[in-house]
Amino acid sequence: MKAKFLIPLILFVILVGFLAIGLSRDPHEVPSPLINKAAPTFEIPQLAQASQTFSPASMKGQVWILNVWASWCVACREEHPVLVDLAKSGQAPLIGLDYKDKREDALVMLERQGNPYVLSAFDADGRVGIDYGVYGVPETYVIDQTGIIRFKHIGPLTQQILNQKIYPLLTELKKS
Amino acid sequence: MKAIVLIFASMLFLQTAVANDAAPLADDPVTEQRLITISEEMRCLVCQNESLAGSRSDLANDLRREIRTLIKEGKSDEQIRTFMVERYGDFVLYRPPVKPITWLLWIGPFVILGIGIAFLLSYLRRRNTLVSSKILSEEDNQKIDALLNTLGKNQRDGMNG
Repeated sequence: MKAKFLIPLILFVILVGFLAIGLSRDPHEVPSPLINKAAPTFEIPQLAQASQTFSPASMKGQVWILNVWASWCVACREEHPVLVDLAKSGQAPLIGLDYKDKREDALVMLERQGNPYVLSAFDADGRVGIDYGVYGVPETYVIDQTGIIRFKHIGPLTQQILNQKIYPLLTELKKS
Repeated sequence: MKAIVLIFASMLFLQTAVANDAAPLADDPVTEQRLITISEEMRCLVCQNESLAGSRSDLANDLRREIRTLIKEGKSDEQIRTFMVERYGDFVLYRPPVKPITWLLWIGPFVILGIGIAFLLSYLRRRNTLVSSKILSEEDNQKIDALLNTLGKNQRDGMNG
């Protein structure tokens, strides 16, 4: 066999291939077990009107987006203009989940940067966040008419993700 | 001697002092012990190389609080593990369960070991047949004897000289 000396080279190339794939993936993006499962229910006070509560049950029958954010989260500020665009597009109602925040700080941030949310629920102790498997704010969920989570994005949304993933998914979900 | 004993005794006390410092949460030692046993087997999702028991991240704190509540509600260890896996996936467990998607993970190393052993055995067998296939002639044997004799003589000479 003439090509025997090539075997180490081939093995090396395979190894490099695996390492290259490993490097280009983000280990922080853990696949969520909640995809295609019912969105956990909760009923907590709203951010702006503490006397009123919000529950996902009230969104039944429409495709909607849940965005987990906080005023202390730098990546959320980065994401904020994208959310404003998303809200302007009118494709789906955007609900916020203000995660482990101070009410006044959160309200100030919305006042300064604009409020893309129909409303925000106020998750003071992060209990709802745990049910949704939140581990790095911001996180975004797309939930369908029957209350099933169809998509989750970890980290700040970008215009590219909106165009490539979220808008097509919303169109598809609204058809059914 | 007395001094050494004294030093050792004081070291003992030092240790208990540290131990007391490390467990400030023990309003209920049994709960805390179970919390530690369970959370040591779980990954903190914020700092992925730390266990849930050892992490100081905010989320780890919240999750420990959550597990503590579950323990007090009388949930079994298995139920608590399910609670975590339902929210964060198998990734949260340091020991992933055996199921089709993790078969490669569990069996892969043994498969590679098996392939290695198979290669080694076939190589050894090939080498053995190569060596034993050569039968020495009478002439070869005489040459070897002659060489061994001179070698033996040289060694004796060397020792005497």
